[in-house]
Amino acid sequence: MKKISIYALLISSLFGSYSVQASAYGYPITDSYAATIIGTPAKYRAQLPGKIPLKVYTLPPIKGRKIPEVFWYQQGMKYSLAYQDHAAPLIFSIAGTGAGYHSGKMQIINKAFYQAGFHVVSLSSPTHTNFEVNASTSGIPGHLPEDSADLYQVMQRVSARISEKVEVTDYHLIGYSLGGAQAAFVAKLDEQKKVFNFKKVLMINPPLNLYHSVTILDDMLENNIPGGLDNFNTYYQAVMDRFSQEYQKVDEIKFNNEFLYRIYKEDTPGRKQLAPLIGLSFRISSTNMIFTADVMNDLGYVVPKGSQLTTTESLTDYGKVTTRLGFSKYFDEIFYPHFKKQDPSLTREKLIFAESLKSIEGYLKASAKIGMIHNADDLIMKPGEVDYLQQLLGDRAKVYPYGGHCGNMDYKDNVQYMVRFFTE
Amino acid sequence: MNKPYAFLLILALGLTGCAATPDKSTPVGPVMHPASEILRDDVVYAVDVYDPWEGMNRGIYKFNAKFDQHIFLPALGAYETILPGFAQKGLTNFFSNMSEIRNVMNSILQLKLESTLIGTSRFLINTTVGIGGFWDPSTDLIGLYQRDEDLGQTLGYWGFGQGPYMVLPIFGPSSFRDGFGFLAEFFIIDDIKILGLKERSWEVYAYYGIMGLDMRRAVAFRYYDTGSPFEYELVRMLYTQKRKFDIAR
Repeated sequence: MKKISIYALLISSLFGSYSVQASAYGYPITDSYAATIIGTPAKYRAQLPGKIPLKVYTLPPIKGRKIPEVFWYQQGMKYSLAYQDHAAPLIFSIAGTGAGYHSGKMQIINKAFYQAGFHVVSLSSPTHTNFEVNASTSGIPGHLPEDSADLYQVMQRVSARISEKVEVTDYHLIGYSLGGAQAAFVAKLDEQKKVFNFKKVLMINPPLNLYHSVTILDDMLENNIPGGLDNFNTYYQAVMDRFSQEYQKVDEIKFNNEFLYRIYKEDTPGRKQLAPLIGLSFRISSTNMIFTADVMNDLGYVVPKGSQLTTTESLTDYGKVTTRLGFSKYFDEIFYPHFKKQDPSLTREKLIFAESLKSIEGYLKASAKIGMIHNADDLIMKPGEVDYLQQLLGDRAKVYPYGGHCGNMDYKDNVQYMVRFFTE
Repeated sequence: MNKPYAFLLILALGLTGCAATPDKSTPVGPVMHPASEILRDDVVYAVDVYDPWEGMNRGIYKFNAKFDQHIFLPALGAYETILPGFAQKGLTNFFSNMSEIRNVMNSILQLKLESTLIGTSRFLINTTVGIGGFWDPSTDLIGLYQRDEDLGQTLGYWGFGQGPYMVLPIFGPSSFRDGFGFLAEFFIIDDIKILGLKERSWEVYAYYGIMGLDMRRAVAFRYYDTGSPFEYELVRMLYTQKRKFDIAR
């Protein structure tokens, strides 16, 4: 098998070229859907080092955690440390929904901050299977305050373990997407517990309300395929045929975002054609998360209660069923009832509100250490949500005119702003 | 058949006990969303691939992951530490040049004139100017890129479907068609004879050992790195799709 990025292939897209507009902001892709899928084309990227000193460590599972056989490969939570050989500030970095400590976007943060003289600790999202199995207290991830508390625990344990390896002057915190929202909750928690006393905290493209964003992403997958989700395969084959066509044309091929950018420049894609790919990417993440929650808690949701799944047993049908159900259904059928059981006075509205940065707006407004980078056209945001955050944070918010959801994270202006926020 | 490989195949099969998929008709307990209520026979699911030996394949997949973790990757780490970068690159070029024989053979079998000429030119240029193939002036200087063709692709070109999906010990994702092609090629094109190495000598083991490490070095894939409990399905789907791309090319 050649070097195929699974996600590049799955999430990637076709059909399109948009006019490249002249503007003070030079990020080249002005359509938010295309930007989200393609990211930043090579020649627009910030200059970052190729290889940096990096160690991958494993944190043992939380006490008393039994790991089911089907997750035999998930023994311990992996994280990475990029380290300086001298005393330096340390930044904790939190991945976005479903992403691991080593995702492409985490590499951007890793390299940019290593280059700027920081130690960098990269943590998987609490919605990532590896975190969920080993470090989630409830095993029901997706709850902003609880997941952030789990992250805070993990940070303290990691900090104790790496204290011999690195000398830390002070602590910082960053996260993108869902990890951005979690960074704010972790920072707030730290104000009470005072373990790290973070100097600066940056949210990159955070959702204002997790539930709203999930609804948007579910809609992208479900309501843009002619004939609905049952016709997904027809749509998918059309995407693959377009890839195949491109693959035949060129001599040297790697399935990466340059490949997608080529297709994007050649064709004229419609949002209806791009949206399902973004929705699918999110749906795969939530499938992983929901299936894992089901197995870890023996919920009997898609896997029959009491099943002892083995390593040779087919999981394909469970994957298909979970993918069909999606996060919104999980929210109503598992998530809400779970929290309702703990607090009978909880309403659905209250729970949705708890999933939001609005629930800590007083803290965000008052705390000078918190900043944000966002895009005016971020597609996980409802109209007005980016404006709300911008008004709340004032000049601590930097909003770019486009870039979609995290598509411009390694564009040179963005990287420069991101690093400067911590160093100035 | 190459003895160590036969041994590993038997070992892997033994480890997995040729486990079959358990009977799904008697679930152990209640379930909120049984597959029978959600999935439909008249819907084609993109993730589905014909995989009648799934239990065994999953066992071998696990074996491969462990082999990778405990043997392959540590050996690769040592290889990359000991050999300087240019030597690794040289060896990659060398094995790539050897594979031109396979590319040309299969280009001919698929009646692809251009690919046949490219493969032949590359082999001649790289073997001579490229000093036995350790340098790749065809790519570096002329921009004459390699065209990968193998027997699995040739069979696919002539209309053979991939048949049952197969996970080969150590080599990973394959299919009945591609696995057959892989094995047949191994016998048809005998590198050992071509290079004049002594049969069953340390040279032969070294040759295949380094070839294996070089192959592993070229693949960025790490087992269970996707973080998905459905990685087996994702890899199976992507492998199948990738082969379709290769055959259409």
